[in-house]
Amino acid sequence: MTKHLVIIGAGMAAGRLVEHITEAGGWTVTLFNAEPRGTYDRIMLSPVLAGDKTYAEIVTHDAAFYEERGVTCRFGERVTAIDRVAKTVTGQDGVAVAYDKLVIATGSDPFMIPLPGHDLEGVIAYRDLEDTERMMALGESQKAVVIGGGLLGLEAAAGMHARGVDVTVVHLMGHLMERQLDEAAGYLLRKELVGRGIKVLCSSNSKEILGQDSKVRALVLENGTELPCDLLVMAVGIRPSTALAKDAGLIVGRGLEVDDQMVTSDPDVLAIGECVEHHGALFGLVAPIYEQAKVAAQTLLGEDATFVNRETATKLKVTGCDLFSAGDFAEGEDREDIVFRDPARGVYKRLVLKDNRIIGAVMYGDTTDGAWFHGMIKDRTDVSGMRETLIFGPAFQGGGALDPMVAVAALQADADLCGCNGRTISQKTSATQTLQAA
Amino acid sequence: MDGSGQPSIKSTCPYCGVGCGVILRPDGVGGLAVEGDPDHPANHGKLCSKGLALGETLSLDDRLLAPVVGGIESDWDSALDLVATRFRETIDAHGPDSVAFYVSGQLLTEDYYVANKLMKGFIGSANIDTNSRLCMASTVAGHKRAFGSDTVPGTYEDLDEADLVVLVGSNLAWCHPVLYQRLAAARAARGTKVVVIDPRRTATCDIADLHLKIAPGTDVALFNGLLTHLANTGAVDEAYVAAHTEGFDAAIDAAAQDSHQITGLPAADIATFYTLFARTTRVVTVFSQGVNQSSAGSDKVNAILNCHLATGRIGQPGMGPFSVTGQPNAMGGRETGGLANMLAAHLDLENADHRAAVQTFWHAPRVADQAGLKAVDMFRAVGDGRIKALWIACTNPAVSLPEAGAVADAIKACPFTVVSDLTARTDTARLADVVLPATGWGEKDGSVTNSDRTISRQRAALPAPGGARADWAIFAEVGRRMGWEAAFDYQSPVEVFREHAALSGIAGTLGRDFDISGLSDLSDAEYDALAPQRWPITATRAGGRFFGDGRFFTPSGRARFQAVTHRAPVSTPSDAMPYRLNSGRVRDQWHTMTRTAKTPRLSRHLAEPFLQIHPADAEALGLKPADLARVHSATGSAILRVLISEDAAPGAPFAPMHWTGETAPAARIGPVIAAATDPISGQPETKAATVAIERFDAAWYGFAVSCGAMAPQATYWAMARTDGGMRAELAGDARVTDWVRYARDLFQTTAEPVVFEDAAHRITRLAFFESDRLEAAIFVSPEPVAVAREFVAAALGTPAASLLAARPGAEVKDPGPTVCSCMSVGRNTLIDAITGQAAPSVDGICQATGAGTSCGSCRPEVAALIDRFALRQAAE
Repeated sequence: MTKHLVIIGAGMAAGRLVEHITEAGGWTVTLFNAEPRGTYDRIMLSPVLAGDKTYAEIVTHDAAFYEERGVTCRFGERVTAIDRVAKTVTGQDGVAVAYDKLVIATGSDPFMIPLPGHDLEGVIAYRDLEDTERMMALGESQKAVVIGGGLLGLEAAAGMHARGVDVTVVHLMGHLMERQLDEAAGYLLRKELVGRGIKVLCSSNSKEILGQDSKVRALVLENGTELPCDLLVMAVGIRPSTALAKDAGLIVGRGLEVDDQMVTSDPDVLAIGECVEHHGALFGLVAPIYEQAKVAAQTLLGEDATFVNRETATKLKVTGCDLFSAGDFAEGEDREDIVFRDPARGVYKRLVLKDNRIIGAVMYGDTTDGAWFHGMIKDRTDVSGMRETLIFGPAFQGGGALDPMVAVAALQADADLCGCNGRTISQKTSATQTLQAA
Repeated sequence: MDGSGQPSIKSTCPYCGVGCGVILRPDGVGGLAVEGDPDHPANHGKLCSKGLALGETLSLDDRLLAPVVGGIESDWDSALDLVATRFRETIDAHGPDSVAFYVSGQLLTEDYYVANKLMKGFIGSANIDTNSRLCMASTVAGHKRAFGSDTVPGTYEDLDEADLVVLVGSNLAWCHPVLYQRLAAARAARGTKVVVIDPRRTATCDIADLHLKIAPGTDVALFNGLLTHLANTGAVDEAYVAAHTEGFDAAIDAAAQDSHQITGLPAADIATFYTLFARTTRVVTVFSQGVNQSSAGSDKVNAILNCHLATGRIGQPGMGPFSVTGQPNAMGGRETGGLANMLAAHLDLENADHRAAVQTFWHAPRVADQAGLKAVDMFRAVGDGRIKALWIACTNPAVSLPEAGAVADAIKACPFTVVSDLTARTDTARLADVVLPATGWGEKDGSVTNSDRTISRQRAALPAPGGARADWAIFAEVGRRMGWEAAFDYQSPVEVFREHAALSGIAGTLGRDFDISGLSDLSDAEYDALAPQRWPITATRAGGRFFGDGRFFTPSGRARFQAVTHRAPVSTPSDAMPYRLNSGRVRDQWHTMTRTAKTPRLSRHLAEPFLQIHPADAEALGLKPADLARVHSATGSAILRVLISEDAAPGAPFAPMHWTGETAPAARIGPVIAAATDPISGQPETKAATVAIERFDAAWYGFAVSCGAMAPQATYWAMARTDGGMRAELAGDARVTDWVRYARDLFQTTAEPVVFEDAAHRITRLAFFESDRLEAAIFVSPEPVAVAREFVAAALGTPAASLLAARPGAEVKDPGPTVCSCMSVGRNTLIDAITGQAAPSVDGICQATGAGTSCGSCRPEVAALIDRFALRQAAE
């Protein structure tokens, strides 16, 4: 007898989970999605915004895909309650759906700064296709302000700017993307964006949002600067979307807490994706989330599986800016930096070493070797033997140590080369003997 | 353009005394294609790496094009007037001996003749000496003592026909590469035995059947031991000794006083050598600077000559003592009398008849009647004010003389110094009051004499640049302006040459060896077309060997044995100065590098000065490979790169002599060497200084390349040319905090560099680009810098994106340091070829890589690599 699985949320984690479950069989699946559509690659919204891709191109699992696998799709229907005793979930239409197992994959909510005026028309987050479409609807020479100089905010800014919008980025911290980049790389990124025509204001605190006819008109900064705008995008972070779980009495810390099998405090309820907290860690990148989907599927299928939160690297793509960061790159007494910078080419790389191991890597402008460094961070590779060329990547490894004698090396210092022409003592003796016989 | 299709001009190489013929083809844009002259008897078409690169040394960027007076460009008329006036005034006030000429073995015979005539016949002093004093003065003295004349008895053909060739103090492979190849070929063809006598192992030992690592300065004892052995074993040619020599008994008695034990050689090796010498009739003993540059140089020469005289092995095919000279026209200088203790045409200054003959011939007001000041004494006299006007032509004594620091001070303090040279950018020219632009090789027209008495023409293939003039013309013009119009009324070098040949005819009538009177009435056209020919050249004799008839140029007609005994070098090692410093040449550089440093190809072989030191010494001193060492003596100090090698004799490290204030100011070896001289020849002892050595504790080491000039601020630096610019080794004893600023000063740029920094390890690498092309780069480390130098140097002017990795990526192979300069073959390339073959031969590897297929100078090094890497491969 097949059991019934209900999944709340059809984001990237859920899409992957459905793949695994339906391939294995043994479950009927109902998939709720608050968004009125199937699964798309949220990461690719920025290329859509920038006009490099269409929405159709970023869809990963559409309704037809789910239909083919016998999944009951309840798209556009927000789940309002979970009854863990009855083992049902209730959607907006009020009908309860029973489950044998429940997977919560509600993802995250954008954080909206509660500034005066934050509820004005034209103040949006950057989270879904709807937000993307609002930005795409702006006309040339209209003005937009983005609060938040992190990855998402910059992608929003770059995308709108590419469409001819006059964009200003307002960032609270001293340099852009401070969570991923150090100051030098942040500086290069800012230089690049400013060079394109995007205005960037760092160390800037927002004070209030001004409106006219309940529509956004301008952002006012603490220092009094007024930045007129037709659209205000807040991209200052996300929060795990845990309200539903909390209401259902599941244990929620910063996120919905799960164990190594992705099971919540209720053995029949699992959770994956940006909504979860695993041993204190939250998730925002796709690689661990896919891993969670796989582990959850295995758990559901009765297989042993354990989720391990591996070191995650960020390879970021603000259209046209190549960025990579991984690990820990804060400064410290016991840490050593290896730095490469090429201002003309806009390349910056920094490796942070501790005890002859890379613990952090930041790269800007050339991220070709990001995966290689990331691998060494994960593997805790001892790099003392390749330190001289490490930052130049794998293409420069493998050779022997260079001979510092090269300038005078046609006279190699090696004793066995120069010592009597490499002849052994006995050979030399025999030469002498030959002479004596002559 | 390679010059093919252009009219070719035959000339002679301006480097060592082999005197190779070259064929020059002007490319029409100031350059020359150079190849060996197959018809020249010295080289039969072969050239060494230096000769082959001659075409690359002709750039005019450093040339002096107009006279400079007091640092300001002047004109010939004013400058010559000033020179003539100052010399005249000085002579009038202080006498003829208050002025001096210091000239060069690189001058042509015609230049030498005019300078010598001006000084000895008209100024009336014998204060003309030459850098040949540093080269073969001891041989001249030895020859004259034994033969009554400065005569090289044999010819190069003797090397082809000998059964035993003994090389004493000669790194023939590097210093006379074409002769070395000739000997190697003879050895291959007829099994010539080769014995090398040298404290250190050199590339020449590659063909040695026996290498005697003699203790420095003990050659007299070794050859006295040989003479004793010859006497004791009946190997002396009693009849020859009785008929053609004198002084044998005294020589034998003196020889018996020496023990060959002080040579430090194993008795078995000595016995092998003595037996071989005794039993082989056709013996040629080649000797060079290891013999000459010694306070006992003349005695060493005579100890060698004694052995040849005792066996009668002289002047016969395949036999004889053979001095090989270091300079292209050392012999021409001797023939014209361009040394302070000679007159002219091998005539004697001390002989009144000779003086009278010369004075009459020259119509000279006076002729110097006593020897002038020899090089070392001359500069001492400059230093103490006895010499008040000095003219230095075509040489660089501020670098090359011993106690060079004191010499430089003396020149600087001299009331009036004239330098005539190709460039004002020499350590010496920078000190002069007047610098006169002289023509150089390729522009000059005249003649030279090589080590086997072959006179060859140097011909002009290029126009004189700017206002440069021939040295003979400059001396003649000053002579005229000093009031001797008729005596110096030369219009062309042939006029000088005819006069020189005519004077030699007079010398011939006075019974002298040097007689080229057969050339005294050459027409201009005949001079232009003059083919190489060996003197004597008279109505009755042409070339050949001397002394085959047993007749010598002494009053008695007999050769004179010299009773000589071992004398240790003047400077004795002490606890404070425990090491004996040897000095000499490297393969691809010449003298003070004013010419050879202009070609990147020659700079690749050894791009910086070094101290070759035995591993045991290095260990005792705490020196590691590529460290820097400070070498110091009572007279000066030098910082040199440490090259640890078993080739060096224990206790006797070696340093090259070439580097100067222009190329490596801290590495000049001249200031370290005390000016001890041979009492007879006046030749300085430049291979036996006693020194202390310590590690130079550099705070940082650097390697830099630049398309443009560099202005190093560093305790140690050595600069060399590359194809795309310059490269430099650097080291400093003070920490540098701002490397970007340092580099900007070094490269004279304000650009923003690409930066690699490993602060914890104090490693910084900076690269400067212009329009995406590498303009300059520096690599800094607290240790000797590990950089793929050839790779980095080759990156100049290219995009070189990953240059600061300091080595090529996996897809690019580093050819390694250059072994073959001609064909630009690197060590790594050779090793790859060697390890890729089962039983590699030198020929095979050379064919496969191209190395050694041009001049062949690197073939000993290829052989050494094969020995090493093929053996290792077999053992694994």
